[in-house]
This record gives sequence, structure tokens and C-alpha cells, in this order.
Amino acid sequence: MAEVTARITVAPVPARIRVARRAWQMRRLPLIPMFTLAMFVVTGIAAPWIAPHNPERGDIRARNVPPAWLDGGSTKYLLGTDHLGRDLLSRVIFGARISLVVVAVTLGVGMVIGVSAGLVSGWYGRWVDELVMRLVDIKLAIPTILLALVLVLSLGQSFLVIVAVLAIAVWPRFARNVRGEVLLLKTMDYVSLAKVAGASTPRILFVHIFPGVINTLIVLATLEVGIVILLESTLSFLGAGVPPPTPAWGSMVADGRDRLAVAWWISTMPGLAIMLVVLSMNLFGDWLRDKLDPRLRQLE
Amino acid sequence: MQRYLLRRLLLALVTLWAVSLIIFVMSRAAGDPRHVFLDDYSKQADWDRLTVTLGLDKPYYQQYGIFMISVLKGEFGRSIKEQRPSMEVIIERLPATLQLGLAAFAFSVVLGVPLGILSAVKRGSVLDTVGKIVALIGQSAPVFWLGIMMMFLFAVRLDWLPPYGRQEAVSIILPAVTLGWFFAAANMRLLRSAMLNVLDSEFIKLARAKGVSNRAVIWKHSLRNALIPAMTFAGVTLGGLVTGSVVVETVFAWPGLGQLAIQALFGNDYPLMQAVIIVFTMMYVASALLVDVLYAYMDPRIRYA
Repeated sequence: MAEVTARITVAPVPARIRVARRAWQMRRLPLIPMFTLAMFVVTGIAAPWIAPHNPERGDIRARNVPPAWLDGGSTKYLLGTDHLGRDLLSRVIFGARISLVVVAVTLGVGMVIGVSAGLVSGWYGRWVDELVMRLVDIKLAIPTILLALVLVLSLGQSFLVIVAVLAIAVWPRFARNVRGEVLLLKTMDYVSLAKVAGASTPRILFVHIFPGVINTLIVLATLEVGIVILLESTLSFLGAGVPPPTPAWGSMVADGRDRLAVAWWISTMPGLAIMLVVLSMNLFGDWLRDKLDPRLRQLE
Repeated sequence: MQRYLLRRLLLALVTLWAVSLIIFVMSRAAGDPRHVFLDDYSKQADWDRLTVTLGLDKPYYQQYGIFMISVLKGEFGRSIKEQRPSMEVIIERLPATLQLGLAAFAFSVVLGVPLGILSAVKRGSVLDTVGKIVALIGQSAPVFWLGIMMMFLFAVRLDWLPPYGRQEAVSIILPAVTLGWFFAAANMRLLRSAMLNVLDSEFIKLARAKGVSNRAVIWKHSLRNALIPAMTFAGVTLGGLVTGSVVVETVFAWPGLGQLAIQALFGNDYPLMQAVIIVFTMMYVASALLVDVLYAYMDPRIRYA
């Protein structure tokens, strides 16, 4: 311990790096969040095989059954049932599937748009850059939820529309950060060398510049997952998500809203699921950011 | 500085224009507003008369022209459901939303700032852990669910507070805490990391070496510098509170603009919807602008970036 202190006094390391280093030492692999996320993904993919009941068809004789550990609960319905007698566990499991698909598609689309926009805008500069960045500014200045609601309600409530709307919500952050990286990378000697060697612009962008952006991209994507899940569930809570009876976590919370006194578990369980996944994703994302791209930390 | 301000102002205007355009296009795509008044059994004459009354017989560019002129004049047309000027309805609802927003903002600052400072100063202490948990919940729990859970605990189970509405003075507690929690968490995290950064810097070491008291080091030297990033975030908070109110007001049946927006959206009341969204965006853009200006004023480095 004394040795370390002495070394630092002799050769002072810049403050920021020291903080980052200390933060890094304290962060080991986030096992619990990773396990939760793995569960989420597996549940989402394997939903039809592991769900004990049909999530959309209820047993009218078994309405508002409490979770198994409470009085009146039964092991047939581990998390209880809702007001239509549908098994909550099965609905939560299928809800994971919806969230998983929405996140995967939304981030995929949003990332492709954002990265392309960022690459082009950073590389060409001038009016292209100006145009893209003003679009980003405009998007960031519009309240996301309202924009999403207007779009979903006017274009119709379907999976496709929702994914499109969410992709519109996520692309600007990717574009802005990728642009920043490109501005840095394009001054590098190896890029100039590639230019001198006669590489075409697409080749430079995809073969030489894009790999340099991947770290930032991974970190951003993980941090964005939570945002997408929260947005999607908020939309479906407000009644503008994937249409019922498909079990989305947000709309399940809305189902139980007026039945808190009778059956609090209807709202509680899906909300817990959202929180667990978002929490794990955030913890995992923080860890990944500190490991891969500590500079992003300043963006908060 | 002037150039910077001009640029920001221009951007704000362009944003508002873009929003008005989006809203216009979308509200026309949202379905036939005549269905709000008439059904399949109504006479054709009624349909025709309504078409003229609502201006739907004119071509789209004319409709847009009329729309833009009235927006510039501050008139947003008549609400279809309420049968009176949209602006009137909005002004009626505005105080409730501002009240809720202010209360939530106050909560986020009162909880977030001291907790952020203390958890940085006493890193690794119990307080730091508590702060971390509060922050993690705030940033991961969906706002609507948090609201419902608090409603269940404090209104249904414990019966301490009213579950919804705005009848009593204490009614504001639950919605304000729900709305403010996320921002309290963000404030806390931001301030904590900013404080840690500052506390680690050379000038703080110098201050300590000079023999400045611990208290002065923390509250004077460090906090002033750590507040800069927190200040910018306060602007984001103001904007976020505006949109957050949509969700929170829906959960707690708080009679403000957010609830009105949802009612107008789902009721296909498009003049009202346009008005609410434009007012919301104006509040959002104005708060962002205000903070940018304040920020540039406080931290000269920004102006030249």
C-alpha cells in the first residue's frame, strides 16, 4: 500500500485516469446481472416451451389467484393469475419474448441508421455533417414519448410501427457518438495511408474506420437496451404498444392498475421483470463502458 | 457569445417548426376526425357540413397554411370534444402540471444533491450504499410502475395518502415523488462522480496543503466546480419532467397537461392534440435553451467549443 502511494507521488497520473483506474479495480465481472440477462434471453427465446400455461387464454374459474407463497395460492400458478384467470408467470415469460424481439429489432435498425449517418457525417463534414447533426438536435429536442405516441396512434398500432418509432428514438445517440469517433479516426496516419494507397471511400469507411468505432458501439448499445425496454413498456402501459391480448409487460402493469386492492400481484410481477432486466442491463453496461470505453463516461 | 446565442435560438425555432410539421402530417394521417361527432347513421348532409366546418374540404397545403398562421397567432383552433378554444383548455390545465413539475424538481434536488455530495465525500460508507440503491431503483424502475407501487403501499395498504386526484394538498406527494425519483437518481450519480473528479484534482490538493478546512474544501472549492455538470443536467430534467408528466399524470389522474395530451390523443381530438404537443415542445425547447445560455454564461469554455 505504501509502495503504491509513493509511486503515485513520484509520477503523478492525471486525475481522470486515476479515478477510472480505481473504479476499474473495484469492478469485477458483474455475475448476477449477467446471469439475469442470460435468463431473460433464454426465457424470451424458449417461451413457448417453458411457459406452463397459455398466456392468452385464462381459466375463468381461477381469476385473481394470489402467488403460490400466499394464502389461497396454488403451485399451479406460481405467480398467481390476473383478472381473466390467465397465468401471470406464463404472461411474464411471453412478455420477455416481446421485449426481447422489440429490443433486438429496434436496436438493429436504429444502429444501422445511426452508424451510417454518423460515418457519413463525420467523414464528409461540411453540409452533410451540418444536416445530420441538425436532424439529431431536432430529434433530441422533441419529447420522445409524445412523438412516439403521435406516431403510433396515427400510423396504427402494430409491431412494425412500434419498432420504427423506437428506432427513430434511438438513432441520434449512435449518430452523434459515431461521428465524434470518426472525426478523431480520420486524422490518423493509417487512414491517410489508405487514401494514398488508393482505397475507395466506402472501403476506408467500412474496413478502416468502422472497426475503430465498434467498442463505442457495443457500449452504447448495451446502455440503450434499458432505454428501449422502458420506452416500449411505457408505450404499452399507455395503451399504444403491441396490441392486446399479446402479453407485453407494460400493458400487464396497466391491467392490474385498477385492481390493486384485490390483486396487487397483477401489476407488481411484470413491473419487477422490467426493473430486473433494466437494472441488470445498466449494471452490465456500466461495467462494459469502464472496460471498453471509459471516455463515454463523460457523456452522462 | 452572441453568435452562439443566435445559433441556439435559430435551432429552437427550427425545432418548433419541424414539430409543427410532424404534428400536422400525423394528425391528418390519424383517421377521420368526423367520426368523433357522427356515426354511420348520420345523414350525408351532416357529414358534408362538418367537412366544411372543420376545413377538411380544402387541399392539404391550404389546411397547413391555415394551421401555421393560427399557430403563429397563438390560436390553436377549437377542441372538438370540449367545444371551446384549445388554448383555453390548456391554460386551465397548465397550473396543475407546473405545480407537479416544480414539486418533482424540488424533490429531485433536495434528495439528489446532498446525497450525491455526501456519498462522494464519504465514499464506501453506509450512506453511499443507500444512495446507490436509491439511484439504481430510480434509473431502472419504469415510472408508471413505481407510481403504482407507491400508490399501492401508501394509499391502498397504509392509507396515508390519497391514491389519485388533486383534491387535497397532500395529493401531490405521491405523483411528485414518482416523477422526481428518476431525476433525483440522475442528479445524485452526476454530482457524485463530478465531486469525486474535483476532489481528486490538483487545486483541491493545493487548497488542502494550504490548510483550508475540510468544510471549505468540500462546500466551496469542490462543490462550485462539481455543480457545472449538474447544472446542465437540471435543464434536461426540466424537459424530462414535462414528458414524464404524461405518464405520471395518467397514473395518478392528475388533471394537468399530460393527462390532457393522452385524452386528446386517444380521443382523436386533433386541434387540442396539436395545441398540447406544441405547448409541450415549447416548454421543452425553452428550458433547453435557457440552460444552454446559463451554461455558456457560467462556463466560458462552452462558448468557443
